[in-house]
Amino acid sequence: MDLTILGSAAINGLLIGGIYTLVASGLTLIYGVLHIINFAHGSLLMLAMFGVYYLLMKLGIDPYMSLLIMVPVMYLLGYLLYKLLIGRLSQGKDENILLITLGLSILIENLALMFFKGDTRTISVSYSDTMVELGPTLVSLPKIISFGAAMALCAVLGLFIQRTDTGRAIRAVAKERVGARLVGIDVERIFAISFGIGLATLGAAACLLMPIFYVSPTTGHVFVMVAFTVVVLGGMGSFLGAVIGGLIVGLTESFGGLFLGESLGQIGISLIFILILLFRPSGLFGAKR
Amino acid sequence: MLKVEGLTKIFGGLKAVDNASLEVGEGRIVALIGPNGAGKTTLFSCIAGFQSVNAGKVTFQGKDITGGAVHDIARSGMVRTFQITQPFAKLTVHENIAVGAYQKFHDRSQAWEHARRVAEQVGMGAQLDQPAADLTVAGRKRLELARTLATNPKLLLLDEVMAGLNPSEIVEIIDIIRKIRASGVTVLLIEHVMQAVMSLSEHIYVLSYGKIIADGAPHEVVNNPAVIEAYLGRGAADSAKPESSHA
Amino acid sequence: MNNDARAIGWPLHLALLAIAVAFPFVFPSPFLVNFGVLALFYAFIGQSWNIAGGFAGQLSFGHVVFFGAGAYASTILQLRFGMNPWLGLPASALAGAVVGGIIGFLSFRAGLKGSYFALITLAFAEVLRILVNSVGFTGGGLGLLIPAKMSAANFQFPERIGFYFLILALTVVSIAVAVWLKRSRFGAQLAAIRENEDAAMALGINVFQEKVKVMVLSGAMCGVGGCFFAQYFLYIDPTIVFGVDKSVEMLLVSMIGGAGTIYGPLIGAVLLAGISDITRLITNVQGLSLVLYGTLLVIIIAFLPNGLIDLFKRIGKRFHQGGA
Repeated sequence: MDLTILGSAAINGLLIGGIYTLVASGLTLIYGVLHIINFAHGSLLMLAMFGVYYLLMKLGIDPYMSLLIMVPVMYLLGYLLYKLLIGRLSQGKDENILLITLGLSILIENLALMFFKGDTRTISVSYSDTMVELGPTLVSLPKIISFGAAMALCAVLGLFIQRTDTGRAIRAVAKERVGARLVGIDVERIFAISFGIGLATLGAAACLLMPIFYVSPTTGHVFVMVAFTVVVLGGMGSFLGAVIGGLIVGLTESFGGLFLGESLGQIGISLIFILILLFRPSGLFGAKR
Repeated sequence: MLKVEGLTKIFGGLKAVDNASLEVGEGRIVALIGPNGAGKTTLFSCIAGFQSVNAGKVTFQGKDITGGAVHDIARSGMVRTFQITQPFAKLTVHENIAVGAYQKFHDRSQAWEHARRVAEQVGMGAQLDQPAADLTVAGRKRLELARTLATNPKLLLLDEVMAGLNPSEIVEIIDIIRKIRASGVTVLLIEHVMQAVMSLSEHIYVLSYGKIIADGAPHEVVNNPAVIEAYLGRGAADSAKPESSHA
Repeated sequence: MNNDARAIGWPLHLALLAIAVAFPFVFPSPFLVNFGVLALFYAFIGQSWNIAGGFAGQLSFGHVVFFGAGAYASTILQLRFGMNPWLGLPASALAGAVVGGIIGFLSFRAGLKGSYFALITLAFAEVLRILVNSVGFTGGGLGLLIPAKMSAANFQFPERIGFYFLILALTVVSIAVAVWLKRSRFGAQLAAIRENEDAAMALGINVFQEKVKVMVLSGAMCGVGGCFFAQYFLYIDPTIVFGVDKSVEMLLVSMIGGAGTIYGPLIGAVLLAGISDITRLITNVQGLSLVLYGTLLVIIIAFLPNGLIDLFKRIGKRFHQGGA
């Protein structure tokens, strides 16, 4: 096997992995703070991607510019979703909330099917086909921009969690809910904020994905598996884990496609998921369950 | 019937149980007492197989059961109750007890009849069709007792079965436990309610900070300075009369 | 919920059976018979999910893996090895049972419960879907077409009503299994495991073993559903029989109808098939029925977690109290 081909696969894997990291960081935040496994994560991403699509098609807004719109809109959506729905219903068994998020994902996916129809959509901008030389290989420019933006946003998120008061409050609630309440933190508000941030990352990821990917109402399925694998690999609730996990999953997908072909290559992600759950459920950086 | 030798259980850096040894003869009622946090429930968990041990041996009816599977130990005749009751919430009282009965009786009508009898034995005959989730604390404790009793055990490990009961309920349970022993079951109980401990047990072990610090007949143990010190602190041991309630 | 077995006496079972038997004669239109087949089909595979998810409390999101295993097993044996199509029923049961045993063994050995178990079953289904999609032996992405040779002997009834009575028989069996679970030692132990695994263990139940057993049973039943599906539609492909949709539908009919109850899946299935057919009559828009269904799921979990059967029971109680 030619080194350039391997190198190309590695680079492309890392580049897409960066975006997986962004998607997963929202999921791991939601889990870490609310202890909710958000099964609707994939379909919400799909929804956001349709948003980016229509922003370009109807209003001519460049997908990267859409960041300014999608991120706050998705944050608001997340905040409201929590306040109006999830917050009210998240009492009771762990599995109940999983089923509710499942119901939500079914709803969103089929609403999308109803309104957008089943066809796959891609977008094309002026720089879609621009290639850049990166080491041994040529890479499409949007991929590089998206990777850079994803990493930058992850860094921003990380700084937010570490340095700001709200971020500290979030960490407190994630670590010790009752204690946080006792020191006066408005836990419900933190839950809503965290859920909002979780969805905001999806809004961002959508903007970064549309130039290099496609969207259809069923795209959510694909991303759910990817996101869960990254989170489980990295460790539920671990931000660093999401970063490392995202890159590993991106590489796995890329090499999987290279060595096993388009169809079989997809199996790598699900296999990682299974193996981690069977042999190291706390992931690379997660706390022991 | 039960022999525990040098059992040690370590969590991280903490020795929850430290070289504990005790013996329970067949047909006796033995109590395990000690201040809160002494490690009594941990010791029970280790004996019954819920926790692995770091050192020591547990022998039941002559067989070494150290580190055995919980369900195997239960089937061999040693059953435990839980300090925080664990009812099968959505099932009725009758169904709860039947799960215990099914251990020995494979036929449904036999198991249900046996469960009904056990329910009467502990005074729950009138509540058979109530969902377990609707029971009071006292009811749940009784249910816990009934469920384990229904397995026709040889040794019952009762973990604070009196906690949360009012005086008349305590008297009832004491009577029930006596009757259980009379029917041939050996009992090892963790208890804080001294009234029950004193009137029921023939032998007492005292656990403090994971170590057995005293054992003997009830009146001996209660007068033992080390025991008083464990409960009431240094200085209390030096005063005249021992208190008969726990710290 | 657990006095089902006593509350539902033989008269009710027989009445429902009589209605089901009479149905295709009273409503002989192909459209309605098809509705009947689909409703019973979902009731059957829903019950298979219910056995693991409702009775034993092991929710799976990837139950379709057993369905697909059964569908492909019976179809491949028929197409590539010339096996008699009717033998596909036991073959698919075996395939489903084996896959159930493996997945159960691996997952429970690793101590997976609750949401983690749900997700790993999803992953297993994905793995099988991708494998089957990529291998020529299983027809790859194009799937497998069963040549039409309409005859009962060939497990291809020329009249739909043949399929109707077959799936009715299968559904009756599934309901019998559910009744058996309600009244047997095995079922009582599963209920205990569902409610509280530690307490169940402390009473002598080998929790691991019983959980694997229930996955084998559930897998076998679901596999048979796959065989039936293949024979009814004469075409299977990885997306249809290993895709997420069937997993979701199996789960939906049970949860909405009433998980852990005998007739829950049937109620949920009639509702699903009904909503599906009615929406298709009203509009061409794809996805509407599932929108309704997804909403229903959220509402049920939030307000009526024991399913619609619970609603019927409460109404029934009101009548009783009102009468007395």
